[in-house]
Amino acid sequence: MIEIKGLTKRFGKKPVVEDVSVKIEPGTITSFIGPNGAGKSTLLSMVSRLLDSDTGEVLLDQENVKKMKSTEFAKRVSILKQSNYLNVRLTVRELVSFGRYPYSRGRLTAEDEKFVDQALGYMNLTDIQNEFLDELSGGQRQRAFVAMVIAQDTEYVLLDEPLNNLDMKHSVQIMKILRKLVDELGKTVVIVLHDINFASVYSDRIVALKNGKLVKNGPTHEIINSAALREVYDMDIPIQEQDGCRICVYFKAHA
Amino acid sequence: MAKNSTKLIFLALLSIVCVLLYAFYDIKGGFDYAFPRRMVRVTAMVVTGVAIAYSTVVFQTITHNRILTPSVMGLDSMYEVVQTLIYFFAGSMSIWVLNKYLNFGVAIIAMVLFAVLLYRFLFRADKYPIYFLLIIGMILGALLGSLVSFLQVMIDPVEYLSLQSRLFASFTNVNADLLYVAIGILLIAFIYGYLIIDKLDVMSLGRENAMNLGVNYDRMVINVLILSSILIATSTALVGPITFFGLIVANLSYQYLATYKHSILILGASLISIVALVGGQFLVEHIFELRTTLSVIINFVGGIYFIYLLLKESRAAG
Repeated sequence: MIEIKGLTKRFGKKPVVEDVSVKIEPGTITSFIGPNGAGKSTLLSMVSRLLDSDTGEVLLDQENVKKMKSTEFAKRVSILKQSNYLNVRLTVRELVSFGRYPYSRGRLTAEDEKFVDQALGYMNLTDIQNEFLDELSGGQRQRAFVAMVIAQDTEYVLLDEPLNNLDMKHSVQIMKILRKLVDELGKTVVIVLHDINFASVYSDRIVALKNGKLVKNGPTHEIINSAALREVYDMDIPIQEQDGCRICVYFKAHA
Repeated sequence: MAKNSTKLIFLALLSIVCVLLYAFYDIKGGFDYAFPRRMVRVTAMVVTGVAIAYSTVVFQTITHNRILTPSVMGLDSMYEVVQTLIYFFAGSMSIWVLNKYLNFGVAIIAMVLFAVLLYRFLFRADKYPIYFLLIIGMILGALLGSLVSFLQVMIDPVEYLSLQSRLFASFTNVNADLLYVAIGILLIAFIYGYLIIDKLDVMSLGRENAMNLGVNYDRMVINVLILSSILIATSTALVGPITFFGLIVANLSYQYLATYKHSILILGASLISIVALVGGQFLVEHIFELRTTLSVIINFVGGIYFIYLLLKESRAAG
């Protein structure tokens, strides 16, 4: 289990994340939602050690993540950030193979190749595995990066807005794959999402942030209702039920 | 397309041919007189070329660009500053000049400090566009250059002559005393490079991806930066500054070898350097009959290539 305890981060004097404590339940998809500038990405960066916190700590199975060895941490927690611009020219397969680096140090074994093949298959990239990333569409490139963290085969997969720049079809594809990772492979996924409806339909738990503070934290059905969402977004959002899913119809909401 | 191993073998053969040509072609007068002198020069060229190629490739990996090099950012002007300051304050008869190793050590320390500071303030945050960094590099170069001329104007003329001979080192005027030290440094640098070569590959994916894969990115960057500045200090001390050389060989290597693997890129860039320096110096001595110097040709060709890269980059960005 990942326990976030009293994390605070200031840029200059302004706190971006303020005293946030959350427990991430294993075997679930947890979504971080909230308005722009709420501190979702910053929080995720601190959990994944990309950013140092000013105060507070993150515990992975009772162990402070700052004290863990980089390579051991990389075998247990993976993170994918928003921007996926690369300065080098790689094929899809080469990128996905990098996911095995924590295990193989760049010299792939037959077992590593198997993981790479699986990850490529999971993300429907097998046909284009030998194409160069800079010649692919944004959606294909994004899928290749997700495949890299899948090949990394960690218990925890953290994703910062993985649906950015993706069309409806590819967004749904990625969310379904994340669901499969949790349901079939027993992974734990933590994901920063902008689209509240993807959070509602696919996640088990939701953590809502606003101005750096934790506003709501609980199972999805407790958060996706008009009263709770008003606290988070300052909007009156009507909710409609569709095939057992709660859809937020926010397009004409009073803002 | 030929395989990379084939290309590397081709480059290796070409460099061997260049070295042999330079060492043995048209030896007139006493073999015993000319040959050792040629060997010193050719060794200096090989060491310099490899040091510049190696340091430029790793510098560009940690700074995520293919245009800026340690030299373009003013690192080898720093060498001139250090030497001028030493002559200005201590004089040519001081131990800081007479003991070449001490002198070299001071230069290395100053250049490493300069590089680390430059990195802290400019590259760390990833917030400045490359053109801004380029302008800063140019301004720093000009500032350090002016500082140097200012001090040189006030220096005693006799001291100045001695300083000049140190700063205007070239391939025909190699600082031979330092050659063994330079070879030693290069060997250590390559052993270290062998140990971190897989990390360099991962670091070319950028800070966040590299950290995700378990590379201690920030510490590695400082290590590589120190490595890179020591190599530049070494080459500058041997033969003086050659600003655009690293840029040419690193980019030719990226283009010719088209891979992300540093083992291949560094080897390729080093071999290209040897061919360019030794082959170029051969042409200068035997075809142009010393009517020009190699540094001039390199900076001329390199400057044009630099502008080409800038235009290409701006087109890709726009």
